[in-house]
Amino acid sequence: MIVADKKPIEEIIQQVEAYRNVLILGCNECVTVCEAGGKKEVGILASALRMYFINNGKDMRIDEITLERQCDHEYLEEIRDRIDKYDAVISLACGVGVQFMAEKYLSKPIYPGVNTCFLGVTDKRGLWTERCQACGQCILANTAGICPISRCAKRILNGPCGGSSKGKCEINKDLDCAWQLIVDRLKALGRMDDYEKLFSIKDWSTDRAGGPRKVVREDVQI
Amino acid sequence: MRLSYPSSIKIIRVPCTGKVDILHILRAFEKGADGVYAVGCMEGDCHFNSGNFRARKRMEQARKLLNTVGVGGERVQMFNLSSADGPRFAEYAREMDQRIRDLGPSPIKMAMKKAA
Repeated sequence: MIVADKKPIEEIIQQVEAYRNVLILGCNECVTVCEAGGKKEVGILASALRMYFINNGKDMRIDEITLERQCDHEYLEEIRDRIDKYDAVISLACGVGVQFMAEKYLSKPIYPGVNTCFLGVTDKRGLWTERCQACGQCILANTAGICPISRCAKRILNGPCGGSSKGKCEINKDLDCAWQLIVDRLKALGRMDDYEKLFSIKDWSTDRAGGPRKVVREDVQI
Repeated sequence: MRLSYPSSIKIIRVPCTGKVDILHILRAFEKGADGVYAVGCMEGDCHFNSGNFRARKRMEQARKLLNTVGVGGERVQMFNLSSADGPRFAEYAREMDQRIRDLGPSPIKMAMKKAA
């Protein structure tokens, strides 16, 4: 999922204090799972903002809506009949949702309520860690299911480097060396022969190096 | 025991303090409460193992948030006691009542009155 983290309330207050009618728009998908932008976080933020503004003598109306998703037309369309009531929207979706919202409602100021961080997993409640950088050319088949692009600080393809010590990375002693994990898993799978195969230079054009990307699937287009 | 405690306190019963959510606390202030406290079982005695620890964390979150929005985090508090300890329940109620009286009415309540 896309992992996001809450923005400080002070930052959000600064962004919206000039408005009178504000909508806080949550998303039921990834940001709900990582407890940053779901219905509950919308409620908490709305309550906090209402209290802040009333406490500061400002008549501010703050409404709450949480959509199924903010990255699909059909769900964003659900608020078309209500959007004109608001001067601005705080979207608690990831950066994708915020941008799609901005594209769809051109004249409506949209502010992000979360910091979008990475593609990752819930390691445990309250701890999310990165697993994928969406490089566009998955090599997990050859790295025992562990991604050196997202989990190695150097994104190194033929590792480990000299900074690997006792299974940890030199940039942080709490960070596992991705290549140590790969080697350990290759051993467990009895596939250490694969470790001898060298990766050639990766084509980074499918990563961000090639500019904004798109996937075109004519087979599913209507 | 027929113990008395301040009449300012409105009790909201929950099956376990683990049920108490930060939203419940914030909404109470939005509706004009001057303070909110949760009374849970002794730490380590939770029938559901971690309910009172969860409540403590949520009260702490609420405290931080209320400080940020200018309501005052000292208006929320978590207490732990045994369910058989009535005198201490009354004591905590008096303690909280006195604390809130010293702090005065919630600024939210005052602002709402002014706006009305």
